[in-house]
Amino acid sequence: MNDQSKPKSKIRPVVNESGIEIKPLYTLDDVIASGGVDSSPPGEAPFTRGIHSMMYRHRPFTMRQYTGFANAADTNERFKYLIANGQTGLNVAFDLATQCGYDSDAPEAAGEVGRVGMAIDTLRDFEIAFDGIDLDAITVSLTINGSAASLIAMFLAMAEKRGYDLSRLRGTAQNDILKEFVGRGTWIYPVEPSVKLVADTIEYCAKVAPKYSPVSVCGYHIRESGANPAEEMGYAFAIAKAYTDRALARGLDIDEFAGRLSFNFNIFGNLFEQVAKFRAGRRRWSKIILDEYGAKRPESGWMRMIAGGGGFGLTIEQPENNIMRGAYYALAAALGGAQTMALCCYDEAYTIPTPKAQRLSLRTMQMLIEEIGLADTVDPLGGSYYVETLTNQTEQKIVEAMDWIEAQGGIIKAVSDGKIQAKVSEYAYRRQRALETGELRKVGVNCYEDSDEEKPQVDLHGYDEIGAMQQIENVRKVRAGRSDAAVERALKRLRADAEADRNVMPALVEAVKAYATVGEMNGALVDVYGRFQEPTQLWRRAG
Amino acid sequence: MHDHQVKVLVAKPGLDGHDVGAKVIVHALLDAGFDVVYTGLRQTPEAIVDAAVKQQSDVIGLSILSGAHLPLCRRVRDLMMERGLHDKLWLVGGNIPEEDRMVLRQLGFRGVFPTGSHTADIVSFIQENVK
Repeated sequence: MNDQSKPKSKIRPVVNESGIEIKPLYTLDDVIASGGVDSSPPGEAPFTRGIHSMMYRHRPFTMRQYTGFANAADTNERFKYLIANGQTGLNVAFDLATQCGYDSDAPEAAGEVGRVGMAIDTLRDFEIAFDGIDLDAITVSLTINGSAASLIAMFLAMAEKRGYDLSRLRGTAQNDILKEFVGRGTWIYPVEPSVKLVADTIEYCAKVAPKYSPVSVCGYHIRESGANPAEEMGYAFAIAKAYTDRALARGLDIDEFAGRLSFNFNIFGNLFEQVAKFRAGRRRWSKIILDEYGAKRPESGWMRMIAGGGGFGLTIEQPENNIMRGAYYALAAALGGAQTMALCCYDEAYTIPTPKAQRLSLRTMQMLIEEIGLADTVDPLGGSYYVETLTNQTEQKIVEAMDWIEAQGGIIKAVSDGKIQAKVSEYAYRRQRALETGELRKVGVNCYEDSDEEKPQVDLHGYDEIGAMQQIENVRKVRAGRSDAAVERALKRLRADAEADRNVMPALVEAVKAYATVGEMNGALVDVYGRFQEPTQLWRRAG
Repeated sequence: MHDHQVKVLVAKPGLDGHDVGAKVIVHALLDAGFDVVYTGLRQTPEAIVDAAVKQQSDVIGLSILSGAHLPLCRRVRDLMMERGLHDKLWLVGGNIPEEDRMVLRQLGFRGVFPTGSHTADIVSFIQENVK
């Protein structure tokens, strides 16, 4: 609003989400006052400007839309559709039964089979899902956490069976269980054995599949659940340090695995704040690994990341607006130097995306590379007084967020005590109130709303009952056709290894190869570790 | 009008882990002066209805974002009917498409709050409808 009656000196104060006051103008003095000019080149520590010297000139970001639904056969078809449309990586969505370690015919899975992702029960499903997809040309990212150890075992077994050399196989698993307790909720076992399993996968992959990235630490979901961008980074680093400590305790050298840790960050919100977050995060993570942990290989200090999603930023109201939001968010990821990008689709506030919506997201990313010039030069915002100042200030905020975690006794304690969950849910409530009061502006939601209640035109992807029934039949067929003795033997070894606190990955690989089901493997581990249960809590207003 | 402290049960049935909304509602209901019990994630319909009976909840609110609201609400409804909770106020919130809202109301969920609903509207709906 342009109100001429107000004196010019009354400028509305602006504070970004991370709590940094934004000035109307930045100069070199601001950069110097905030910590100085960082003249390090990209490809050299502390990697502020990027982890590679040539960045997208050498290779543009990988485009990896999150995909998976119904069963393996349907998902395989969608994978091929996306690859035919120019997608360069796969990002696999699993249904909740698979994520929580249940078979498709378990009572807990009723109504959920294939709903929010692909249903996986046995190695047979992975064989079908990746049939005809060249795992050297297209890297695969598995969005799996609670049951990650068994699905990594399954992926490695599938690749081995198809003749790939595991010592050269690339790919990623999300496998960040601590953030599941904070914000995504697909835990299976209690906190301690859950973290132990993550260490098992890091140790196993370092030995058997050293190019495979067994963990992608997610600030993403914590940001969605209720954290500002600096906290998103700080909490993710605290989690990554916890896994690093566990891996070191196994006797691994930091340089054996740190280079294979990767990250997953969010991109909704203020564009410059996100770019500064990525630049500051890269600098801070490299200091942690190279200076604090004393890694020798510079690559160990790379903050490799998928930056994408932006789900919280999307709205049910005026859903087509989400197409534009996705484009701005993608811009932030590209300006921030992401290795991999994925965008939530415009219809994703309603449903899992339709092929049309998936293709629109893919085209959005392709335009950045082909038309808009985002792949032409490294770190195009580097040297901006504003972005450099914000980078310095954001790094400080990231350190503060990590200090808060330390003050709670470390991340594992903060998660076990529910301290971080409480902080995150309070932030979410404040954010929701700010949206409802209009203090936090959201186009089409609390400003520029549609005058009459127009119904949004969104084609919905319905629940595939037939696909779910087929999957239940599939798992029963596989169970009937395999050697039960081999499965029993493998599950017995799995239980014994879990009880003796040995690395369970070799036993899981044996079980997978015998076509043990996800439910059987996770059931065996539940027998030993128990199952996590969130406490039912009575909340009363204080005072 | 109610003459005692209104007790609300906020529950997450099924495997869905999206609890941001449920926890936001918990905070909003507390601010509005209700007693709130939050079940935590991944509760069975049986456990939810048990909790509602045990806590003598006046309001039972389910939060479901995976899309599985119809099968889950049917199961919870059947159990609530069996356990004599037919006179309580049943609510459901989440990713609920337009065409499912009427179905849920017919099942007995008087308040259906799709994603994007205001917490203030949920609070006033409870205040107006709770017995």
